[in-house]
Amino acid sequence: MKLLAGLLLATAFASAQVDSKLLLQPLGDSWASYSGDYSGKRYSNLKQVTKTNVKNLTLAWTMRITPGAQANNAIVGGEGDGILSFGGGNNIKGAVLQVDGTLYFSTPDNAWAVDARDGRILWHYFWKTRGATHIGSRGMGMYGNWLFFETPDNYLVSLDARTGQERWHKQIAPLEEQYFSTPAPIVVDNHVIVGTGNDLDEPGILQSFDPETGAVQWKFYSVPMKAGDPGLETWANLDAAKHGGGQMWVPGSYDPEARLYYIGTGNPSPAYTGIARGEGDNLYTCSLVAINVDTGKMVWHYQTSPHDTHDADSSQTPILVDGEFNGRPRKMVLTAARNGYFFALDRLTGQHLRTVKYSDAVNWATGINAKGQPVRDPAKDHHIGGSLVSPANSGITNWPPPAYSPDTGLFYVPQNDNYAMYYLTETDPRGAMGLGGKEEQGVGSLGSYITAIDYKTGKIAWRHRFPGNNGGSVMGLLTTSTGLLFGGDLGGNIVAYDATNGKTLWHSHIGAVSNAPETYMLDGHQYLLVASGDALFAFTLY
Amino acid sequence: MLRSALIFAAAMAASVAIVVNPVGAQNAGKNTPKAAPAPLPAGGGGGAAYPQRPLAPADVRSRGEAIYKAECAFCHGEDARGGDMGNNIIRSQIVLNDDSGERIAPVLTRGEGVEGTMMPKFSFNQNQIADLAGFLHSFRVNGYDGSRNRPETIVVGNAQAGQTFFGQKCAACHAVTGDLKGIGTRITDARTLQQRWINPGAGGRGVATKQSMVTITMTNGQKLQGPLVRIDDFLVTFTAADGRQRTVKRDGETPKVELKDPYQPHRELYPVYTDKNIHDVTAYLVTLK
Repeated sequence: MKLLAGLLLATAFASAQVDSKLLLQPLGDSWASYSGDYSGKRYSNLKQVTKTNVKNLTLAWTMRITPGAQANNAIVGGEGDGILSFGGGNNIKGAVLQVDGTLYFSTPDNAWAVDARDGRILWHYFWKTRGATHIGSRGMGMYGNWLFFETPDNYLVSLDARTGQERWHKQIAPLEEQYFSTPAPIVVDNHVIVGTGNDLDEPGILQSFDPETGAVQWKFYSVPMKAGDPGLETWANLDAAKHGGGQMWVPGSYDPEARLYYIGTGNPSPAYTGIARGEGDNLYTCSLVAINVDTGKMVWHYQTSPHDTHDADSSQTPILVDGEFNGRPRKMVLTAARNGYFFALDRLTGQHLRTVKYSDAVNWATGINAKGQPVRDPAKDHHIGGSLVSPANSGITNWPPPAYSPDTGLFYVPQNDNYAMYYLTETDPRGAMGLGGKEEQGVGSLGSYITAIDYKTGKIAWRHRFPGNNGGSVMGLLTTSTGLLFGGDLGGNIVAYDATNGKTLWHSHIGAVSNAPETYMLDGHQYLLVASGDALFAFTLY
Repeated sequence: MLRSALIFAAAMAASVAIVVNPVGAQNAGKNTPKAAPAPLPAGGGGGAAYPQRPLAPADVRSRGEAIYKAECAFCHGEDARGGDMGNNIIRSQIVLNDDSGERIAPVLTRGEGVEGTMMPKFSFNQNQIADLAGFLHSFRVNGYDGSRNRPETIVVGNAQAGQTFFGQKCAACHAVTGDLKGIGTRITDARTLQQRWINPGAGGRGVATKQSMVTITMTNGQKLQGPLVRIDDFLVTFTAADGRQRTVKRDGETPKVELKDPYQPHRELYPVYTDKNIHDVTAYLVTLK
């Protein structure tokens, strides 16, 4: 008996570390990476919570964070002087890892470990910033006992998961070039894959760091950086390409067999006044790219918005699906872009399979070309007198994660049919820099939805419309093998929907939900975990 | 490729003509005290997230500006945002990462130039390069720059066509001698006026916004009605006649809830009208003094 207990104990503690085996598992007991598993589906195999008993979900615990150095016992690091404060630290807008009973999450400049059984803070790490845009932190990556997170002022920080003590920090990109970093690092074997962002005119960078030493293993630029680079012919000149943007704001998904990392790139820059970019497609901005994780080389690309002019980045989480397409088994990657179009591609070759315009409001494109790409309408770029465009800058969808269920075959995505007037405010024929040169003023929405897209038929299987016209957007979705779909609504509820038809099954009013809900197993109970601003809420069945 | 001298000269003339006052040009040569750091916003980004560099002493900037005008502006533009021959050097990775000329120097003096450009070699000494750096670093580095060359007005439409459109699509609910009387005087900023008429529900000064009205038919036939406070799939709240907020539980279609958004007809026009229609109506409304 004693021996058995000892063995059980050993087993339990063995799983405290994240290894490649755990990372390769389909989403179940743990939540070990940004999307829970590499596929990006946010489809949990857990079966305890069902359509029948979901109404019995009850609050297990809630906890509230206090960001900043003034919090009790904060471990303080960072390169800043400790005086600068840009806020944002009290809004949980990313993934929470759950590994062996501990939760790990981050907000701009802050990271926490919390007991998954009662929400008690185990440690809090605070980073003194040098500046930069503090818009959000999408969470942490984990490898062994090491955690990795990105700070707004562009450092990759590695912490010891057991204590919160810093191991090292490395610069991701120069603050002087006005980069700022929001993504959650993704760990693949001995690679820590790190994206960053920029709203000036600097190039998009994806890098791989060594998890032990923090050394850079490879660097991928999403735009041509030197003469002879592929895609240069789609820019006015090399200087335009090198200042062409294409940021990787949101983590990608990974196919371990193909050893390919799939990530959506951001908008070209200058974003609105694209004169200096030339008339070309501006590769590889607003594209889905497949990157070899060992070499950092791009294997294929598919551009979802050629020559974008609305800051409509394509940095949405791609979802990897093995399924049938036109009667033939396919390994696919699916993405619903900010521009209002959904795409299905063969993920081994990049071959285009399907495009669906999933929002009827979208009016920036005149149609679809032979490659399945939307064709931009230059008259809808902007106008001195204003141009009424859907989507508004925030997009039909944005960073909040979509979900996919292999049981229903449906792709679930938050949709907001918003409109804005885009005013050209720059008469300089050379255009502006960065996001300058236009002012966008919203005029509201025709409706907000959770939308279920059937990739096989290209049809919308169902839409759950939120009542009223408030124009908000759902902050991300989770689906389960028991036919549930979870997400925050626009009224401050966490809601369980029937994944087959979008009907509501359960809800709890916790305040505006700020991340995608997650689920995990602990002590034989399935938990539902969700954030609302500065608080976490854990629900379970007793 | 080097373009013909004529085209080049014309382009440079255009580029010079459009120069407005960058921070550096405003301050160069004046004994301006070091600017106080901009106030920091609560969260988010924008210019303040990247504090602009402390200004170099005025004499440094003044000397740097003189060198720049004589040797650099011809290609890079007086405002450093680029010309037909030279790149925008405000956003240049070399200049952004430079502190006091150490990264700029190799490009200028060692003939390394910049790949894919016509950048020639210069024989500046170290002091001149430091002065040039002091001047270049005085430019505001920010994409969102509200002080740039703004159009004078957003009114670009045809008032007569706007009047016709108004008669067809708006006159059923609105009258220029009634609710819209003097609208062009009440809202003097044309862009504000345009935003308000496209969707008055978006709020703002000058136009009183009306709330949606909700009618709830209870299972016993009782009808509750009032301005909507909030609604989701589970609850609906309205303000009752006595001023109290009342909340009613919703369960699917029970009770029956009907919303009337006073601005729904405005929303329904979004997919219908063209930008020209919008510009024309605004051009008409601004004349209603």
